[in-house]
Amino acid sequence: MSLENAQPVGKPLPHDAAKLHVTGKARYVDDTPLPRNALHLAFGLSSIAKGRITAMDLAQVQSSPDVVAVLTAADLPFSNDVSPSIHDEPLLSDGSVHYFGQPLFLVVAKTHRAARIAARRGDVSYRKEPALLTLEDALAANSRFEDGPRIYQKGDAEAAIGAAAHQVAGEFELGGQEHFYLEGQAALALPQEDGGMLVNSSTQHPTEIQHKVAEAIGLPMHAVRVETRRMGGGFGGKESQGNALAVACAVAAAKTGRPCKMRYDRDDDMVITGKRHAFRIAYRAGFDRDGRLEGVSFTHLVNCGWAQDLSLPVADRAMLHSDNAYAIPAIRIESHRLKTNLQSATAYRGFGGPQGMVGIERVMDHIAHELGLDPVELRQRNYYDAPDVASEGGAAPRSATSPRGISGKMKLRDNTTPYGMEVRDFELHALTDQLLKSADYAARKAEIAVWNADQPDLKRGLAFSPVKFGISFTLTHLNQAGALVHVYQDGSVHLNHGGTEMGQGLFQKVAQVAASRFGISLDRVKITATDTAKVPNTSATAASSGSDLNGMAVKAACDTLRDRMAAHLAERYQTQAAAVVFAGDRVRIGGDEISFKEAAKQCYEGRVSLSATGFYKTPHLQWDRIKGQGRPFFYFAYGAAITEVVLDRRSGENRILRADILHDAGVSLNPDLDIGQVEGGYVQGAGWLTTEELIWDDSGALRTHAPSTYKIPACSDRPDVFNVALFTEENREDSIYRSKAVGEPPFMLGISAWLALSDAVAQFGTGYPALNAPATAEEIWRCVRRQADGV
Amino acid sequence: MTITFHLNGEEVVLKDFDPAATLLDFLREERELTGTKEGCNEGDCGACTVMVTDKTGSKPLNSCILFLPQLNGKSIRTVEGASDADGTLHPVQEAMISHHGSQCGFCTPGFVMSMVTAHKNGASDHDVQLAGNLCRCTGYAPIIRAAEAAATAPVPQWIASDPLPAAEAAAAPTDLLPHSADALAALYLANPDARLVAGATDLGLWVTKGLRELGQMIFLDGCDDLKQIEISDSEIRFGAMVDMNRVRDTLTPLHPSYGEMIRRFASQQVRAAATIGGNIANGSPIGDNPPALIALGAQLHLRQGDSRRTMAIEDFFIDYGKQDRRPGEFVEAVSLPRQPDRLRVYKLSKRFDQDISAVLGAFNITVEDGQVTAARIAFGGLAGTPKRAAHLEATLMGQSWSTATIAAAAPALDRDFTPLSDMRASAEYRLETARTMLSRYFTDLSDASGVSQSVLEVQL
Repeated sequence: MSLENAQPVGKPLPHDAAKLHVTGKARYVDDTPLPRNALHLAFGLSSIAKGRITAMDLAQVQSSPDVVAVLTAADLPFSNDVSPSIHDEPLLSDGSVHYFGQPLFLVVAKTHRAARIAARRGDVSYRKEPALLTLEDALAANSRFEDGPRIYQKGDAEAAIGAAAHQVAGEFELGGQEHFYLEGQAALALPQEDGGMLVNSSTQHPTEIQHKVAEAIGLPMHAVRVETRRMGGGFGGKESQGNALAVACAVAAAKTGRPCKMRYDRDDDMVITGKRHAFRIAYRAGFDRDGRLEGVSFTHLVNCGWAQDLSLPVADRAMLHSDNAYAIPAIRIESHRLKTNLQSATAYRGFGGPQGMVGIERVMDHIAHELGLDPVELRQRNYYDAPDVASEGGAAPRSATSPRGISGKMKLRDNTTPYGMEVRDFELHALTDQLLKSADYAARKAEIAVWNADQPDLKRGLAFSPVKFGISFTLTHLNQAGALVHVYQDGSVHLNHGGTEMGQGLFQKVAQVAASRFGISLDRVKITATDTAKVPNTSATAASSGSDLNGMAVKAACDTLRDRMAAHLAERYQTQAAAVVFAGDRVRIGGDEISFKEAAKQCYEGRVSLSATGFYKTPHLQWDRIKGQGRPFFYFAYGAAITEVVLDRRSGENRILRADILHDAGVSLNPDLDIGQVEGGYVQGAGWLTTEELIWDDSGALRTHAPSTYKIPACSDRPDVFNVALFTEENREDSIYRSKAVGEPPFMLGISAWLALSDAVAQFGTGYPALNAPATAEEIWRCVRRQADGV
Repeated sequence: MTITFHLNGEEVVLKDFDPAATLLDFLREERELTGTKEGCNEGDCGACTVMVTDKTGSKPLNSCILFLPQLNGKSIRTVEGASDADGTLHPVQEAMISHHGSQCGFCTPGFVMSMVTAHKNGASDHDVQLAGNLCRCTGYAPIIRAAEAAATAPVPQWIASDPLPAAEAAAAPTDLLPHSADALAALYLANPDARLVAGATDLGLWVTKGLRELGQMIFLDGCDDLKQIEISDSEIRFGAMVDMNRVRDTLTPLHPSYGEMIRRFASQQVRAAATIGGNIANGSPIGDNPPALIALGAQLHLRQGDSRRTMAIEDFFIDYGKQDRRPGEFVEAVSLPRQPDRLRVYKLSKRFDQDISAVLGAFNITVEDGQVTAARIAFGGLAGTPKRAAHLEATLMGQSWSTATIAAAAPALDRDFTPLSDMRASAEYRLETARTMLSRYFTDLSDASGVSQSVLEVQL
């Protein structure tokens, strides 16, 4: 084995904390040993969805056993805001109530249970106002974020649709989704000697916590240090939703001078925090007899809930994925960001991308049904061109390789997205062919048709859906990362960067990068908690960017150190720095060879700085979100899935029988961890579109606020047959070791499960089924009835 | 009172403790055993799973809704005790690492303890064993691969021999923890306002979610005589404290459809704690068990002091939240007549496993010479109580058993039930699917080879 092959990058190593996980030693916020005088917090919550507080009698709260303090907005010394965007989210109500479950007051008590008990003893009177709970309510009241709808367009979609030989149109509901991270939100604040605050937070965004805590206690950011070793799941739900807990802890800690911890009970967590944005999507599409798209129009009604939070970039990203994998000559996307009196919808894996993608995938299946074409073939006809198609010549060159070199009129197909970005890395042609073969698509489709013909009540369905997901934060300045790496004189390495670990294996993948840069084994690299005092001004670990950004920053830091070491060693051994090679835990210096440990020692003694920062910013990005034009993404990650389901007409009961997935992770930093993201993402995506249903009652109270009523997939809900593989071509852009981001994209593979259910429903009639999401058993049952009635 | 149990091999004696304290809080707050996690605090996610061994064997239980007195005389293993004292990992821990069964790791201790228990018990139906453990990261596939990989490894010595506290160490009966039905009867008669605690799978939530003070509690776990199952030629009699896994094991060979329903109605952890008596006495309108018992013609045996009475189980459920139970009276047993298996139970829920039903229908119709001669049909989820479909039954009686009869009879269900809409299902779905169940029953009893009856039976 060559030394190069022995490097840790690319190895299918277990999660760095796997042994700690399985032995129960992995420590989460709530597991942190507390000083004896620590206090515990709970919020008192509103019991109406909209109105004003007319009186708040907290005497019973105050006198509840073990209560130390009760805080209201009037007690907050500085900023009363936990919003990540536009300061519209008070920690504690300012007198107005905007959703059922909004925090009104804060209980500080000696135990978690005492705080919870006291929090229910508030006597609050309200003057109720009509609550906007539905999209209709919000539209009627013109209640929205931004002045009006955002519109992105390319060409004249209306004209193109009107002129096309065929049209389809439809509208469907797309429900939200509770994150259901297994570890609920939690934070701990330890007051420091100078009024500063050390915060331990289960957050994807330590810098945001630091920022909001500093505002709330009236100190500069340097007075607040936030540390995050790991989260018990995040999925976007800990990008902004942890702010309230950390700020509450810091405020209470500042006030009492005692450590304060807050964790939401599961029901509180589900009632208080934001979820995935629910959408209603209306579509119209025009196409020729071969199913080639000519024009598509989407209207997105986005239920953003009561505060802006991250709704604008979420809704933007939905628009940016309304093309998914298809070159659409003319398209118009109109997005209404509606403000309602529900939990403020927030980031959730895919960040709007899944919703946009469901829209166009629905259109593709609808067209295939309309024309009686195979839905995969129809999709392939509409795919963006591969980058290397035209240069091969032949009878029908389809597009140019170079985005800039050839004039537009020479192309038969314009390979740009609705937002004007040239698609230069389209992998789905080869990927789809490979998947169709490995999944035995054609033969199974035929077999299912035969089986279905004999079944009066049960039908199987089969569907394919591809993913093309844009990688980068659309808020361009977030595409930066920092790292801090120390080499100690014994040759051990301390690794720190701005990314957070929520289970995705980021720390391990980045450690593999660091070890590879130094040519050392992984056990020399110490993975450490994310810490705002080590790496400042970090971006949220979000947008699938963790490995791309932090991997590059760490690489930069390691290379800086390696270069310094090489320079010193070269001088000492009388050779050139270029002749110093780090590999196999050894350092070759010209003709000499020493251990890495010895090299570190010699460098230390030679007074070489063995600590370095690294920095990275994603190149080539340029984006105008108002115009909807530019290059918001560095590259795209691809994947495709084929799902087979069975359902029962009589009850709508259904099951996933088989899923086959091929997913593009570039040259994977760690193929097994990436497979884990793909499997888990698929099941979570399928859950979103099937059993996971959020229901609010007429008063605006969330009725599905616990796992007893909100049903994420259980063990037996995964596909019976589950074939997952990686597509291992290099990233065409210069990413970390030519790998690709893999956190969010696989989530959207679950769309194929929903489409497969629709395919099975279609067997009961002749029309295209009007299936909504989530396709619960009841929704499927209703859809079958509509289908059978020919509606 | 004093209780004694083993915790990861060490004896623990507790005196003067809060009987409403949960094992989870005790582990995390008193013993600094923070490996066991709180995920939902209501027994639905399994992150708090521990292995509890008593003289009948080892079971996985949700420690978040397990009160300390329920552990008297037992042996508990938490995730910290899954590996050997010298750090040697259990085979399922090794497999979970090598198969990437953990991502965020928060559900992992619970999975590990469910898997350790299943492994010890030689169970290989992994989907069933792990139905009560939710994972949001992995999609379960690598966890199942780990369970399969560990299956052939021998049970480690420290798990195989997990001794119980010496019998004499476990406390003598007390007012909190009587050791016989007689003692319970006397105690409850004297303290009719006391709260009886059986498996605590529902009562636990009164504490963890309702934040209620339960007042005087009487734990039934020590009453071994309430844990008997008697099977004769004419009936099967379950003591009230028989847990639902034992009910499942007993009924599966006799009424497979009932057994399948019990598999789905709760997770391994919940079934291992929940008792048949508690499930009935609780009076839930959405309990899955009572409709099936009604369809089988079960009799309920109640006891108050030394006086006993027996009633048809359907008569016990008077109204929503109201049962025919007198002060100081408790469920002692439930008995079912032995009968040919004609029972089919249809459970509709959003998720197949560990989900409360939108509708549960139990059908037991006797057809002789083509005529319906007896019909017992009961539903859960359609009314404020588990209830017989009296009009439907009457409409069927004496009719020929045919699709025409079914079609004509189904509308009678509208006179039996006016269901509500809630977060589980709409009234319309409940009523319409309940009607359809009758025709499903007809189809299921007739020979229709080649036609799949349930999506759960379809295999690739």
